[in-house]
Amino acid sequence: MKRTDTSNPDFFHKVVDCQWGCPAHTDVPEYIRMIAQGDFTGAYMLNRESNIFPGILGRVCDRPCEPACRRGRTNEKPVAICRLKRVAADHRDDISDLMPVIPTQKNGKKIALVGAGCASLAVANDLMPMGYECTMFEALQVPGGLMRSNIPAFRLPAEVLDEEIAMITDMGVDLRLNSPIKSMKDLLKEGYDAVFVGTGAPKGKELKLPGREQGGDNIHIGIAWLESVAFGHIDKIGKQVLIIGVGNTAMDCCRTSLRLGADNVKVIARKPRGFFKASDWELEDAEEENVDIVINHSPKEFVIEGGKLVGMKFDVMEYDIEGGRIKEQRVTDEVFIPCDDVVLAIGQENAFPWIERDIGIEFDQWDVPVVDKTTFESTLQGVYFGGDAAFGPENIIWAVEHGHQAAISIHQHCHQRPLTERLPVTMNLGSRKMGIHEWSYSNNFDPAARRKMEHVPLETRFKQLTTEVELGFTWEQAKQEVERCLNCDIQTVFTDDLCIECDACLDICPTDCLTITRNGDEEDLVTRLLAPRLEKDQPLFVSGELKQTHRVMVKDENLCVHCGLCAERCPTAAWDMQKSLLNFPRASDHDGGAAKAREGKAA
Amino acid sequence: MTYIAKPKIDMPGERRNEIGLRQRDYEGALSTLCAGCGHDSITAAIVQAFWELAIPPEKVIKLSGIGCSSKTPAYFISGAHGFNSVHGRMPSVATGALAGNRDLVCIAVSGDGDSLSIGFGQFGHAVRRNINMLYIIENNGVYGLTKGQFSASADPGSKAKYGEVNRMKAIDPVATTIALGGSFAARSFSGDREQLVPLIKAGLRHPGCAVLDVVSPCVTFNDHVGSTKSYAHTREHYYPAVHTDFIPPSKEIKASYDEGEVMPVELHDGSRLLLKKTDADYDPSSRSAAMRYLEEHSSQGQVVTGLLFISPDLPEMHTISGTAAQPLARTAYEDLNPGQAALAELQKDLK
Repeated sequence: MKRTDTSNPDFFHKVVDCQWGCPAHTDVPEYIRMIAQGDFTGAYMLNRESNIFPGILGRVCDRPCEPACRRGRTNEKPVAICRLKRVAADHRDDISDLMPVIPTQKNGKKIALVGAGCASLAVANDLMPMGYECTMFEALQVPGGLMRSNIPAFRLPAEVLDEEIAMITDMGVDLRLNSPIKSMKDLLKEGYDAVFVGTGAPKGKELKLPGREQGGDNIHIGIAWLESVAFGHIDKIGKQVLIIGVGNTAMDCCRTSLRLGADNVKVIARKPRGFFKASDWELEDAEEENVDIVINHSPKEFVIEGGKLVGMKFDVMEYDIEGGRIKEQRVTDEVFIPCDDVVLAIGQENAFPWIERDIGIEFDQWDVPVVDKTTFESTLQGVYFGGDAAFGPENIIWAVEHGHQAAISIHQHCHQRPLTERLPVTMNLGSRKMGIHEWSYSNNFDPAARRKMEHVPLETRFKQLTTEVELGFTWEQAKQEVERCLNCDIQTVFTDDLCIECDACLDICPTDCLTITRNGDEEDLVTRLLAPRLEKDQPLFVSGELKQTHRVMVKDENLCVHCGLCAERCPTAAWDMQKSLLNFPRASDHDGGAAKAREGKAA
Repeated sequence: MTYIAKPKIDMPGERRNEIGLRQRDYEGALSTLCAGCGHDSITAAIVQAFWELAIPPEKVIKLSGIGCSSKTPAYFISGAHGFNSVHGRMPSVATGALAGNRDLVCIAVSGDGDSLSIGFGQFGHAVRRNINMLYIIENNGVYGLTKGQFSASADPGSKAKYGEVNRMKAIDPVATTIALGGSFAARSFSGDREQLVPLIKAGLRHPGCAVLDVVSPCVTFNDHVGSTKSYAHTREHYYPAVHTDFIPPSKEIKASYDEGEVMPVELHDGSRLLLKKTDADYDPSSRSAAMRYLEEHSSQGQVVTGLLFISPDLPEMHTISGTAAQPLARTAYEDLNPGQAALAELQKDLK
């Protein structure tokens, strides 16, 4: 194999599994270290730089980082990354001095943002400090979008939402509430330099089965129902409730039902466990509240008696599963489950009845706008889509990243530069060596287990819809949890020609992730690794030819726990532990000469 | 050295040997040797060999004298018995330990100072008695613990770290073993794990005193230009004469081989060694051929390695002495000390 090109930022980025897994590439290990040092404000600001809503995301993020966490590959649970983010938000000081200064002299560019959800807010967050004038149109009476209407307050308190949204709207955004956009054509006539559509995926999917019409009043569409609950239009539900679907919306629906007076809530899944869309932790939380999850039931009919919904009929399914996929399915029985109400949580879609189809914005065969995956531009120049509105339902963290990228495009567009002229991700490596056995990070492997999040007791949590269930980590818990982080961003950097092949690193490595062997093609080389290669997607580092024997140093990045012992044992410092600091360019970095001049003045 | 102990981390796919132990179960305490010391590499090879042979740690006794090398038994098989003796007196302790319990698997780790200077006499007698042990000499050519003076194995003409040149002849433990009538003489290099591990296994299974001289560079005092025991010099002059494959008793020999190139040696426990020779006409079972071969190559500055001489049929200490098969340690007190009457009976014949 050829020498691995570690100057490509992607190589070391991929080693930081959480950061690689995060759509907004939050520098997780760095903020965890800041928390460890008690610098909550610093940790919060570092988070804010990439994900903008640390307090919100510290509670309700989809956390793609956690399944990716290296700790999970050592037969343990991942680091509680999301909960630690909340620790930073809970314990931080006032940050008003650290927020960007908004120029009073505007740059004359006006941007319309449709929808006041996370995607639009992310765009405003990036553009306001650059002198843009942003107008944000929101159909509802409060900003926040689906974060407000679809995430129940017992998971995400309104104060947290209000505070973090205000940080952006207070930058001087012209926020127009109760102002639904009825016509894109009209909006375009108003002379904005660019329009960003961040209207989410506000349409819940319907389940057309016999009895649907007659049962109308007691059959609810999940996300619309959650919105009505959030705004106080609905405050009760029947005693027996069936939730159809087993995604995260279903989890919010079943738990909300319990708080509105239901005492028997069943979540009905068509398929067995393992095929559920809901995140494990949301399932756990629902089951803790004694929600019954019924598997292998396929909805057949809404049963109406005397003009009123009395229950539902289901086909009981049986599946042949092979290698995690369903090969065969058959109906084995039919059952009736009585209920007072049904909530449908089987998916949602974006919908654009307000965009005329003759103004140059193309829609594909599924009636979804055609949007460029890099620039987020639609087929009409100057009109951008982001968040769920762009490619269908994702999550908050994806929407934020869409916002960052769309902001770059808008900035380029407003300055007549090609949208594809985007700065590359760059990386800086800096040694963390302090002394002979001293590193400026906590390299000693801590075998502690994941800390458990404490919850409000079941007896009290249902009394009020707004009682937040998770209590957040105490400082004691946080202190232990931060030590579980393996510091994957402190990279093992190898210098070929310093190595004397003494094997010291191989011998001390606690996971046998290093091997010195003769070179060969990948298939051949991996057969000689000291520990078997378990994850083919994880990078393999191959050094150049070593001086003395012409063999190569091979490292399976999958297994490394970044304890730094290879570097401590290395007599020639051929191994060094270096922090990989990745820089993800934002709109303001694309500001050619003007921004640089400002920076120069400030310095 | 390092301040942080090697953490014990559960990894998926970690292998276990026949008695259910992981390789890390054969590790020991945190090494306090210099970073990059060859001795640590040998320790790792010992760990690997014992794990692969699936020897229960409680069946092992590890012995040593004094010196950097003699610190190393602390760094492998924490669950084994051990004795860290007076300087150069390890063979006496080994003799006693094995006299008392012949069932123990004995590994002794010594150095060029401990065995070729202060303990040279003891070393010679261990070979002569053919004690059933693996006798590893971690050979770096210097006294590391006392800051790098030449040892008895330093080659004439080699340079010390600060420039002095060694003028005395070197003692070669392999040649000495062969000359003393030893049953097993091998040499290896800490930087060649592929060769070292099978040799350790062969030495452990050899019924007698297996002397394994391992060139083990001292990174602090003897890894410079002009040293003949540095990593670079050893690799440059490395001459593997015999490659050894160790085949445990239960395994079949699968590979086919030519009669002339490969020499099979069967040990008493049924395990076999396959000796693949670089020179077809070299015979590691002939004492005189081995001596001549060593002399020819060493005089050219080559570091000849491999299992250079083996004679598995020479009797070991217990066979020579005709002692009981049951270890004394597990013989009942009444049998060991049958009492006054039995003594009187015995003495009758002597009167």
